[in-house]
Amino acid sequence: MGDVLSVVTSLIAGSIRVSIPIAFAALGGTLSERSGIINMGLEGTMLMGAFFGVVGAYYTQSAWLGLLVAMMAGALCGLLHAVLTIRFKCEHVLAGVGINVLASGLTVVLLQMIFNAKGKSCEVASFDMITLPVINQIPVLKDILGQVSPMLILLAIAMVGVWFLLYRTVFGLRARVIGENPEAAGSMGINVYRTQYICVILCGILAAMGGAYMSIGDIHMFSRDMVAGRGFIAMAVVIFGGWHPVGAWLGSLLFGLAQSLQYRLQSGSIPPQLVQMLPYIVTLVVLVFARGSKHRAPAAEGRHYYAKGEQ
Amino acid sequence: MTQQKRISLEKLTQNTTFLSAIALILSLLVSGVVMMIAGYSPIEGYSAMFTGAFGSVDNLAQTLGTATPLIFAGLAMAFAARGGMFNIGIEGQIIAGAFPAALVGAYLQGLPWFVHIPLCFLAGMIGGGLWAMLAGFLKNKLRVSEVILTIMLNYVAQYLAEYLANYQFKAEGMLVRTETIQPSAALPALIPYSRLTTGIFVALAFAVFVWWFLSRTTPGYQMRAIAQNPYAAEAGGVNIARMNLLTMFLSGALAGMGGAVEVMGVHGYFIVNMTSGYGFDGVAIAVMGNNTPLGTVISALIFGALRAGSTSMNRMTSIPGEFIQVLQALVILFVSTPGIVRAMLRKRNFKKNDQKKGA
Amino acid sequence: MYAVEMHGITKQFKNVLANSNVELMVKRGEIHSLLGENGAGKSTLMNILYGMYAPTSGQVVVQGKPVVIENPLKAIELGIAMVHQHFMLIEPLTVAENVVLGYEPKKHGCFDMKKAVEEVNTLADQYGLHVDARQKVEELSVGTKQRVEILKALYRKADILILDEPTAVLTPQEVSDLFRVLRKLRESGKTIIIITHKLKETLELADTVTVLRKGQVIASLPVTEQMDQAQLAELMVGRIVSLETEKQPVPGEHEVVMALRGAVVTRDKRNVLDDISLEIRAGEILGIAGVEGNGQTELIDVLTGLQRLSGGAVVLQGKQLPAGRITPRSMLAAGVGHIPEDRGKRGFVGGFTIAENIVLGYHRNQPFARHGLINRKARDEFADRVARQYDVRMDSIQDTVGSLSGGNQQKVIIGRVFAQDPKVIIAAQPTRGVDIGAIEYIHGELVKMRDAGKAVLLISADLDELMRLSDKIAVLYDGRIVDRRDASEYDERTLGALMTGHTPDSVEKEVKQA
Repeated sequence: MGDVLSVVTSLIAGSIRVSIPIAFAALGGTLSERSGIINMGLEGTMLMGAFFGVVGAYYTQSAWLGLLVAMMAGALCGLLHAVLTIRFKCEHVLAGVGINVLASGLTVVLLQMIFNAKGKSCEVASFDMITLPVINQIPVLKDILGQVSPMLILLAIAMVGVWFLLYRTVFGLRARVIGENPEAAGSMGINVYRTQYICVILCGILAAMGGAYMSIGDIHMFSRDMVAGRGFIAMAVVIFGGWHPVGAWLGSLLFGLAQSLQYRLQSGSIPPQLVQMLPYIVTLVVLVFARGSKHRAPAAEGRHYYAKGEQ
Repeated sequence: MTQQKRISLEKLTQNTTFLSAIALILSLLVSGVVMMIAGYSPIEGYSAMFTGAFGSVDNLAQTLGTATPLIFAGLAMAFAARGGMFNIGIEGQIIAGAFPAALVGAYLQGLPWFVHIPLCFLAGMIGGGLWAMLAGFLKNKLRVSEVILTIMLNYVAQYLAEYLANYQFKAEGMLVRTETIQPSAALPALIPYSRLTTGIFVALAFAVFVWWFLSRTTPGYQMRAIAQNPYAAEAGGVNIARMNLLTMFLSGALAGMGGAVEVMGVHGYFIVNMTSGYGFDGVAIAVMGNNTPLGTVISALIFGALRAGSTSMNRMTSIPGEFIQVLQALVILFVSTPGIVRAMLRKRNFKKNDQKKGA
Repeated sequence: MYAVEMHGITKQFKNVLANSNVELMVKRGEIHSLLGENGAGKSTLMNILYGMYAPTSGQVVVQGKPVVIENPLKAIELGIAMVHQHFMLIEPLTVAENVVLGYEPKKHGCFDMKKAVEEVNTLADQYGLHVDARQKVEELSVGTKQRVEILKALYRKADILILDEPTAVLTPQEVSDLFRVLRKLRESGKTIIIITHKLKETLELADTVTVLRKGQVIASLPVTEQMDQAQLAELMVGRIVSLETEKQPVPGEHEVVMALRGAVVTRDKRNVLDDISLEIRAGEILGIAGVEGNGQTELIDVLTGLQRLSGGAVVLQGKQLPAGRITPRSMLAAGVGHIPEDRGKRGFVGGFTIAENIVLGYHRNQPFARHGLINRKARDEFADRVARQYDVRMDSIQDTVGSLSGGNQQKVIIGRVFAQDPKVIIAAQPTRGVDIGAIEYIHGELVKMRDAGKAVLLISADLDELMRLSDKIAVLYDGRIVDRRDASEYDERTLGALMTGHTPDSVEKEVKQA
């Protein structure tokens, strides 16, 4: 009995851990899509975050400063996406594809330049687990949340923050309006572009934090193309999370579960390739079930808005 | 005079070929700058690349040979786009075509080449086509963007093929690959020991087919109608769900042909990671070719040269071959954002005019 | 004293001169009608006043002060507000959220929803606009949505209201409600500009009318008792126009060509079409009256195969069609021609040529195609003939339809349908957004088709059009047909009452009392 309990708690703890990067990216994606901009570049932005987190930690010897560098890189990725899609009316998906390919190439080039390595960086300063005071005393719960990464706490803050921003502030109301009907917002004198820029840049920062967790929060190093589709999975999570921050988090947990099951299965007799397929299959299956949900995408998602004077 | 010049420039900025060319030049310039910042010499890099792509008959053969699967990848993306679908899953469909083609090539024996080769092609087309059609089917059922579906299927295809190549169909030896195909299924090389095979003619023939299909047949007409206005197409009696399936199947079949030609011409078997990055190359190529068959062929040739050149750049200099990805990303971004090029040209033009006024 | 003066306004778009040296003087506290056909430059002029476009040249003076209005924000600051024809409302949000947008009340830096609701309710009561601030906009009727738009303007403390075609989608009752509100606003000192092409409304409501034609001001006059519609129409169009359509009853037996029997369409557990039975007869135009959103779109979609029935049957020439086999393709093949209600959406493919669009829906048929191969020569010859016959103004049939004017686009669609010799014609909003010349033409063609023995179903939001063309009229309300009679038995008032859910009995009583 105790055995089963320990398996379950460690599975839950594992799910929470592996859901962190996807949850960060999905929160960002939610924010961006709510303002009408589809960000396919989540994948590349996460990769940049993972890489620059390591670079920052390498030079400063501090995981926190590494995270800060990652966030700046993420902001730049977000800015690039925003400029391309908002200022220059690039197809959102194409801009995202471009950013992904760019990140994939640039990180490897810079990896060679900085660490003189082709596949992996060296180990760098990383986040240590912290012990949560009260929770650490509660049985069962202490096995799940007694010891956590500080980035999990950041994630919780980010989730509440994104929810508050979207549903409790004037900025959020305007962002949601823009995602539904930017022309209406524009006709009311709201600065559509500025709002979208802010959302997309915040999205970049959040996605990069997710990437940074994968490197300096988890394996202490960068390895090439380490994000492996989590950014795309995050996009799916945005959909079946109903474009809501809490939904995004819950969706990410589901993936966490799939992935931590995967780690358990990997030690078993099932061929590893089939196990590795699991998260992607889960995404497809979950999308099948998300069909019945009453949520729908922001009406103006993926569309270009032309302010006055533009053709 | 200046008025006239401005008008012609204005016209030029509407010309997609011109914009694509400028975007390519811009990408080369910007990635040159990145090279410089990274501490390499762009002149050294680009000249190594140029030599690698065009320096000798062998190099040229390498370029054309590399371009062959890229033509298919680009056509697959362009074809889907003309039918209103964003097929980001070309990578997976190439794998889904390459694998069955390799099996048909290896396990069917005693066939003459003129039967065996078409059979392999057919296997590749059906494999790639069905894999893409799966995404189309799910899109119809779920009303979810095909972008995410095709990407997820990329990963599934990759791991599935890896699994099959590791277990059921593994050939003897260290490499994770399938058995070598029969000689009757191999595409003859045009230049000995190069990647350039008769496959390039097949690729060009398919480009012509795509052009013909889109402009001369009723399914092509219906596809284009759906891409531009699905509601009007529906009112015009076009069965959108069915056409989406056809579009995805044919797009996937083109990608699968790319995989088959690669197996039958270059490797002789299916090997894990043989397709690395072709899928996203296909996106860049189709975008740069403005989704037309001719444009796609031309930009596939350019990308073939870049890829072939980057391999030799990697060998001859200390510059990592991944630079090609940076360059490729910039091509995607610049080409799909004609606004940047237009804005730059206009600004320059205004400056010139201002100077004249000042003088 | 003038609230708005616009002097020498010229607006040049890439290829179009939308306004040419326009003078507009709007007195404070008046209702001013800006009258003109589609494309006359009314909307452009008002968009300049609202800061959506910058004029190429000219001067705007608001309340006596010369101003430059760079953007809508500046316009709002100057007390100018605009109610767009296509409502700028966010459907999933509440009325209050929509109204306060851009000027949200805050508490501790957060959005104060409670205060927003209070303020909006107070404002609505003050001007007699009946809305519930907590309701979601998607639950509101068209007329109520318009009131929300007006509330938006009032919330911004606008003194000058611009309304773009405000009556286009309203029922007669809603129109008189709107007029009541507008008069009340005028009494409280607001200045109102309505953009319209409707002559009757101008005469009924406006104090002053300015007529625009081809970007130029033709006349600016006070509205007097002596003024009549013909006079205004002549100013607007530039020639004498006939407002009547010649129509004689078609003699002989009118057999039923197409019919619905107990048709039901269910969506979200609600019957959007509820037990509809109707008969479309040869040589007759059956008009469908109703407020938009009462099942018209579903009715059209059922008859053209775009919508599956949840119950009931479609009968064509005496044969009940198998429910699973009804598709747009099968309906087109069976001779049901479709003029879609939203031409830009369902009607044509903008990037396709005129030739490609003229065969859309019939593109598989010989001689346009054979065994899946397109015969371009046959298609182009046919298209050229049809385009000429239906008076499409174009350079060549290789022009894209997107580059044509609304009237010419509609003629392409009408040509497409009529040239195929259909048995039944489903004509939805056939003259929406089309200039008067084209309206006359299209009306004439529809009557010709009826005279030739075609069965025509006409769905229109324009009651005048409906009453003028129809032989019989059925009234659609909340997915049901609530009344049907010969067109001559209806007047506008009765139709309007039926359309808004009054029962035929209560309407009759009311009419008798009056």
